[in-house]
Amino acid sequence: MIATALLVAAKDLRIELRSRVLLWQVVPFGLMALLLCGLALGPAHAGNSSAGPGLYYLVILLVVLLMVNRSQAIERSPGTKSSVATLGLDPAGVFLGKSLALAVELWVTGLVLLAGSVLVLHTALHGALVALPSIVVTLGALAGAGTLYGALTGGGDTTATLLPMLTLPAFAPLLIAGERSFSDALHGGGLWQWWVIVVVALVAYLGVGILLYGVLEES
Amino acid sequence: MTKQLAQRLLGPVTLVLLALTIWLGLWVTPPDKIQGQLARLVYVHPSVAWVALYVSFGTATIASALYLWKRTRSMVMDRVAHCAMEVSVVFIALTLTTGSIWGRPTWGVWWAWDARLTSTAILGVLALGYLALRRANDDPTLRARRSAVFAILAAINVPIIHFSVDWWKTLHQGATVFTANRTLLIHGIQAWTLLISFVGFTLLFFWLLRARYRLEVRRESVASAALEEALLARQREGAPT
Repeated sequence: MIATALLVAAKDLRIELRSRVLLWQVVPFGLMALLLCGLALGPAHAGNSSAGPGLYYLVILLVVLLMVNRSQAIERSPGTKSSVATLGLDPAGVFLGKSLALAVELWVTGLVLLAGSVLVLHTALHGALVALPSIVVTLGALAGAGTLYGALTGGGDTTATLLPMLTLPAFAPLLIAGERSFSDALHGGGLWQWWVIVVVALVAYLGVGILLYGVLEES
Repeated sequence: MTKQLAQRLLGPVTLVLLALTIWLGLWVTPPDKIQGQLARLVYVHPSVAWVALYVSFGTATIASALYLWKRTRSMVMDRVAHCAMEVSVVFIALTLTTGSIWGRPTWGVWWAWDARLTSTAILGVLALGYLALRRANDDPTLRARRSAVFAILAAINVPIIHFSVDWWKTLHQGATVFTANRTLLIHGIQAWTLLISFVGFTLLFFWLLRARYRLEVRRESVASAALEEALLARQREGAPT
């Protein structure tokens, strides 16, 4: 399973490196969205760091939707599905690999957006660094959930509209927990419950994915 | 014989219990010392929420899990999950509505960003998402598998809703009927009315589920007959099938 996961993750990341969709499309889109959030707040409030974590995760949400669509598009390209079936790859490994690749892409994007948030929204640098572990875990959980929901909605004509509809309520607890732990890091609080939610969600989504991704692939 | 009798009695018994709840809740039980007449909503809101979160969503989740398990996989499980989820949407809407009616005079607002309210609303959207996912897939097997996985994923939200009042001390009150050490907080006629309400709404769920299931079976047979008829018509026209 681990070998398959590494193989699939390397394949997805290699495709990403060659196509450079993340670099030239997703990251600029995220930065643009961050700037627009600052504009929406206005010059008087854009530098208010208390809004930073919420806006950061709002942009992350938009980026995740784009990246999940992209990750599933790779899987739906002609010949991929039959190749995976012919090779007899372990579905749990495929799920873990795709989640890992998506997580790596999200971590890169998340880091760039965090730097953008420090620059544009004046989020405190020290607080942002303290929040980094919680951001890494939250983005990992979002990657696991996104891979599962992407597989659920993939392949049909309605993927583009169905994916946000199904994922937004599922992502909401993760985003809230991520935002609260980020704010907590900025203001020196100790809300351990938010951390627990993110870690439990990460384990739950990975567990369900390992068990049920094969069922979705069969179909 | 017993099964048939139970099915026949399900509707009338449900109606009697709900009528009894209305009578006891509105006329027999006393108003609350602090909340006055508003407290009568306690005979509706918790029972409706119980059905929405645990009975109907639980039925949909168990039926979905049974569909995914190869030994019990059948379209019956898929149909049960689908019908239970539809009924669940109705009960979640009723839960939020009755909660809002109580919230306006008590909290001063129709809606508050309370942990339990928000997580219940999220569950409602997830249930609607389940129905949307079903409509997006035409192939019955694909639809059944995808929606079964989605139902299990959506069920992760149920324990979050259950424990939300303990994890986050927001506006919504904690346990109403039992304390943490299982001591009953409601007594006498109020406890009986609440019990009748819980049983009545639970039976209402099964009544609705049964009716919706029968409708779904008929809809499927009509759809398959229409398909066969269309194919025969094409054959008669001499077109390649």
